[in-house]
Amino acid sequence: MSNAAIELRGITKRFGKITANKNVNLSVYGGEILSLLGENGSGKTTLMNMLSGIYYPDEGQIFINGEEAVIRSPKDAFDYKIGMIHQHFKLIDVFSAAENIVLGLKENGRYDIKKVTARVKSISEKYGFDIDPDKKIYEMSVSEKQTVEIVKVLYRGADILILDEPTAVLTPQETQKLFAVLRRMRDDGKAIIIITHKLHEVLSLSDRVAVLRKGEYIGTVKTAETDESQLTEMMVGKKVSLNIDRTESENTADRLVINGLDLYDENGVKVLDDITFTAKSGEILGIAGIAGSGQRELLEAIAGLLKVSSGEIIYNNPKTGDSENLRDKTPIQIRDLGVRLSFVPEDRLGMGLVGNMDIVDNMMLRSYRRGKSVFVNRQSPKKLAEDIIKDLEIATPNANTPVRRLSGGNVQKVLVGREIAASPTVLMAAYPVRGLDINSSYMIYNLLNKQKENGVAVIFVGEDLDVLTELCDRIMVIGSGRVTGILDGRTADKNEIGLLMTGTNGGAENEN
Amino acid sequence: MLTTIFAFINAAIIQGIPLLFGATGEIITEKSGNLNLGIPGIMYMGGISGIIGGYLYEHYTDNPAAWLCILVPFISSIIGSSLMALIYSFLTITLRVNQNVTGLALTTFGIGVGNFFGGSLLSFFGETGSISLITTGNYYKAKLPFADKLGLFGKTFLSLGFLAYLAIIIAIITSYMLNRTRTGLNLRAVGENPATADAAGINITKYKYLSTVIGGAIAGLGGLYFVMDYTGGAWTNNGFGDRGWLAIAIVIFAVWKPSMAILSSFLFGGLYILCVYIPGLSSSSKELINMLPYLVTILVLVVVSMRKKRENQPPAHLGLSYFREER
Repeated sequence: MSNAAIELRGITKRFGKITANKNVNLSVYGGEILSLLGENGSGKTTLMNMLSGIYYPDEGQIFINGEEAVIRSPKDAFDYKIGMIHQHFKLIDVFSAAENIVLGLKENGRYDIKKVTARVKSISEKYGFDIDPDKKIYEMSVSEKQTVEIVKVLYRGADILILDEPTAVLTPQETQKLFAVLRRMRDDGKAIIIITHKLHEVLSLSDRVAVLRKGEYIGTVKTAETDESQLTEMMVGKKVSLNIDRTESENTADRLVINGLDLYDENGVKVLDDITFTAKSGEILGIAGIAGSGQRELLEAIAGLLKVSSGEIIYNNPKTGDSENLRDKTPIQIRDLGVRLSFVPEDRLGMGLVGNMDIVDNMMLRSYRRGKSVFVNRQSPKKLAEDIIKDLEIATPNANTPVRRLSGGNVQKVLVGREIAASPTVLMAAYPVRGLDINSSYMIYNLLNKQKENGVAVIFVGEDLDVLTELCDRIMVIGSGRVTGILDGRTADKNEIGLLMTGTNGGAENEN
Repeated sequence: MLTTIFAFINAAIIQGIPLLFGATGEIITEKSGNLNLGIPGIMYMGGISGIIGGYLYEHYTDNPAAWLCILVPFISSIIGSSLMALIYSFLTITLRVNQNVTGLALTTFGIGVGNFFGGSLLSFFGETGSISLITTGNYYKAKLPFADKLGLFGKTFLSLGFLAYLAIIIAIITSYMLNRTRTGLNLRAVGENPATADAAGINITKYKYLSTVIGGAIAGLGGLYFVMDYTGGAWTNNGFGDRGWLAIAIVIFAVWKPSMAILSSFLFGGLYILCVYIPGLSSSSKELINMLPYLVTILVLVVVSMRKKRENQPPAHLGLSYFREER
């Protein structure tokens, strides 16, 4: 066999203490499509970013067509004819497709947009793209923008294409169209790597599948010789015991009843599709799913930050026994109804806290409306801040330190501490342990468990399946904005959750 | 009547030229994402630097040569305004200081420096009175040789000093550069979305620095035109007035297009002196007429934002500093 288009040998990449990729060996040949499969945070994108020049590996070698290559910048990657299509498009809205394609290129001769247009058209015809070079980006659909990105790397002469979750933003029809184009490029001799976690796409498109798990290379299998259950097992691995205490739920009652929630994003794409579930008091409900399956939108809809198009959010008030529909209510209206809803958003310093304000002021964000005086009361938030610092062992010089200066784990403790101090009846936490070290993570788990014992309905959005199966009483799995299953946390199996997440059920509907 | 109309057009053009220099300079700057509110100060600086250069040259020679009378103030004006733009660039691009604060500070500074040297330059050399560089001024005012032979047309359009034609040429070249060259494409990309431009291999810092400094130098020529051609080599403190702000208003009025800026400048120039050509106005109604350029600008902003045409919006990253996230 001839030399591989790309061969990775013993690639390791660390970010501080965290190892993102550990001793990865991988090869892809011209004229084949390789799928790179793995859960969230398994290091797929990090690995590919080392090929596109965004990161530089700490250890290991990269060979391109048999020769060792050093890729230190995106420009080096271009020179090795590697083109990466990122999940977030890098395009300029007010420029036409052709203008975006030639942007930054140092071609010889006079700048002639007509020549560019002609070449873009010839590339499009060769591979069957549907693209209007004169159309402005802001007039384009997501799939058209993706096409521009692909043509952009082809125009620069790329022979090796890396696509980071290209189908995440596409409709099923657009996905089929993309696959047809990718197959044509493969037949033209190009090497293609596609990052994905949708199993049915892996099976229908690729020639070989490489699997990463928690940064480690698990293996490569031929697509023709494998099936979904083998791939899932490679992806999620064996169960790891974490020893998180889980108490039995007592006196559960339906606290929050979500019924048939539908939500569209600003592009008109359906992000929540008929979501129905119940969060019970004294219970932790885990939400599992591939990142971007609608978890964020679901929590924000419940918190009154996003407007849903249909469905209802019923809150059963334990004090009065009344039921209220929270749909179409603002956060303040929800609070005025006496609903004690706490929300720990994914974006801590964006939505949860104000980075430039100190801990006391951040405490006041929740209490500034209390009292009748025109002056705010600074004494009780100050006391609260000091209590939280002591109880949660927050490492900070004092309560007047801007939150921005604290480390990630301490920022998270400030946020969780504030939300818990409001003695909620419903506590929603999105990825509360993301970026935290082991000790801080366990502290957060214990806090959530304590809330559960106090009779709070806890909704926990997580990504680590081991944590979800050990912490949660019930696990709801969502895939592409749909509930694909609700499992008992004590009996749930990681493979089962993995299959529900990557969605054979959801996938079957995607196929048409 | 016809003569009055042509005289008005001529006056509108003359008033419009400094505005055109300022607007073209600001457009180039803003296309890189830098909102330089220091332009009024830079124009003062361009004016006073030209005056200083011209004065020193006239002071040290008994027989001033024509080409040096033009070149020395021209070069010193460009140096003065470029330095101002360089300060702005260093603060906002390298140190990432807030652009509005930096710009307003530079405006205050530029006007102050202009008035300081304008008022005290002569006393440094033991002279009294006010600055009046008639020789230099006359070279700047020299009209095209055949202007007088072409009647009303020649008198209206061809009797201007060379800087006036330079302003129009620069605006046309800028328009061509922005829309028809690779450099222009890259520059517009920097102002729209620097992260994308960065990923495409464009040197953001270089583009921002160069466009801000070149833009500042062009705007400074507006100040030079005013002191050398319009006032004939004389300086009066605060004489340049609020024309710098008017130039920034034209950028908005012309929806960031240099070709549009040419006619807009003449229109604003006309509105600026309209009150002189309307007989029998009380002083209060004169002030009301003087508001017109600003009212028109507000109107344009309203119309543009209502039509929501993406091409007519300011550069998307205008006023924001860019830094590549830690990798």
